[in-house]
Amino acid sequence: MSLPSPDQPFVSGSVKTAVTYIPQISTSLKWRDHWGTIRARWGVGRMYYTVDPGLYALGNPDENSPVLASANYKMSFDRLRESLRDRDAWILVLDTKGINVWCAAGKGTFGTTELVERIINSGISQIVSHRNIILPQLAGPGVAAHLVRKYSGFKVSYGPVRAHDLPAYLDAGCRATPEMRIQTFTLMERTVLIPVELVEALKAAVFIIPIAFLLGGLGGPGGYWDNVLNYGASTTAAIMSAILAGTILTPILLPFLPGRAFAIKGLWLGLPTALILVLIRRSDMAIRPGQLESVAWFFLVTSITMYLAMNFTGASTYTSLSGVKKEMRWALPVEICAGIAGIVLWLGSRFAA
Amino acid sequence: MGSLEYLKNVVTLELDEVKCIGCGMCIQVCPHAVLSMNGIGRVEIQNRDACMECGACSRNCPTEALTVESGVGCAAAVINTMLGRESTSCCCTIDPKQESKPEGKARCC
Repeated sequence: MSLPSPDQPFVSGSVKTAVTYIPQISTSLKWRDHWGTIRARWGVGRMYYTVDPGLYALGNPDENSPVLASANYKMSFDRLRESLRDRDAWILVLDTKGINVWCAAGKGTFGTTELVERIINSGISQIVSHRNIILPQLAGPGVAAHLVRKYSGFKVSYGPVRAHDLPAYLDAGCRATPEMRIQTFTLMERTVLIPVELVEALKAAVFIIPIAFLLGGLGGPGGYWDNVLNYGASTTAAIMSAILAGTILTPILLPFLPGRAFAIKGLWLGLPTALILVLIRRSDMAIRPGQLESVAWFFLVTSITMYLAMNFTGASTYTSLSGVKKEMRWALPVEICAGIAGIVLWLGSRFAA
Repeated sequence: MGSLEYLKNVVTLELDEVKCIGCGMCIQVCPHAVLSMNGIGRVEIQNRDACMECGACSRNCPTEALTVESGVGCAAAVINTMLGRESTSCCCTIDPKQESKPEGKARCC
């Protein structure tokens, strides 16, 4: 029998059972929990934001209290315990390698084998008199309920998608309303994903932007460093605008952007972004370099926003693998070609007479 | 504005009505209300295009009446697969070399 460590900040005490003392967890989140959520949302320390797997007591549970399973990603765990304020329950935390419930279920780490082993090793069958365990609905892709019953004796009930519906679900005798079963993708749910998308895109931009700066100095009318400041800086601004459109505006405006394919949605953001940039830039359209630079920006900005919007399929809650593959068959070549065309035209603008 | 829907006519979800025993587990686990119970106590696909191929229904079908080529609809994961990288899913990359160790560390991009 393996017990989770009591030396974790959210453990407030212990509960005596027929078998042993079980760590008791607090249902109120502290500032450090909220700070941890913010950090993880920005992608900081997100890979190691874990809790010890094993059995925990929430409130003062007894042999009749419900048993709920969760992932050992700290954010998943926090959502669960804060939703069960003033309740008594047993929380069985699976070892999902610090990954949230849905992703872990998709990869199989929140799976039938892990759940069955965790049920057996936790000693829960000697602690409670019933044989029911409540799983987050989004564990479904990884767990076969009928096999869990066969191998552990525990009957799986799928709870609501969102932890905050748990009190209503429990009070209704473990019955979910149709609304509780639907994975939504509301403005708020999309907005919290922006920081990670932005940070990931900026990690790539860190490599691209110095190159754009330095190449901006080549050719052109003035001296090298004057050109760097003029052409390098303005193209950097164009790339940054494309990143902001692709990672901030895409999530916010997603349902309102025309088209079903995400790359198309990105196209509808990239074109106006490029147009605004060109209007602000006020290049001399009478001469060849000004024309080339403007056209180059259209290709560059649009290809970047299309790519980043397409990338958002991974964060969305409703895209299928078959659909993403179908979209990428045309979108990826288009994005690559447009990107190359943009680079070539922009370099051309630097040397055009 | 209704619920968001992705591309039409691409989903690989299949239902074998003969095998279905009408237990309803698939309806419970589906996060997009793709399936419903018909008048004679059997499941039917009512909204195919809403399916995101998560595989929850087929995993929880005791009679294998439902099949779907499940996976994560994530462009980065598709690119990783094309490049021959280990990870098959973008939001949750588990380093295979470290997974076997007891203190196995997980990576999330």
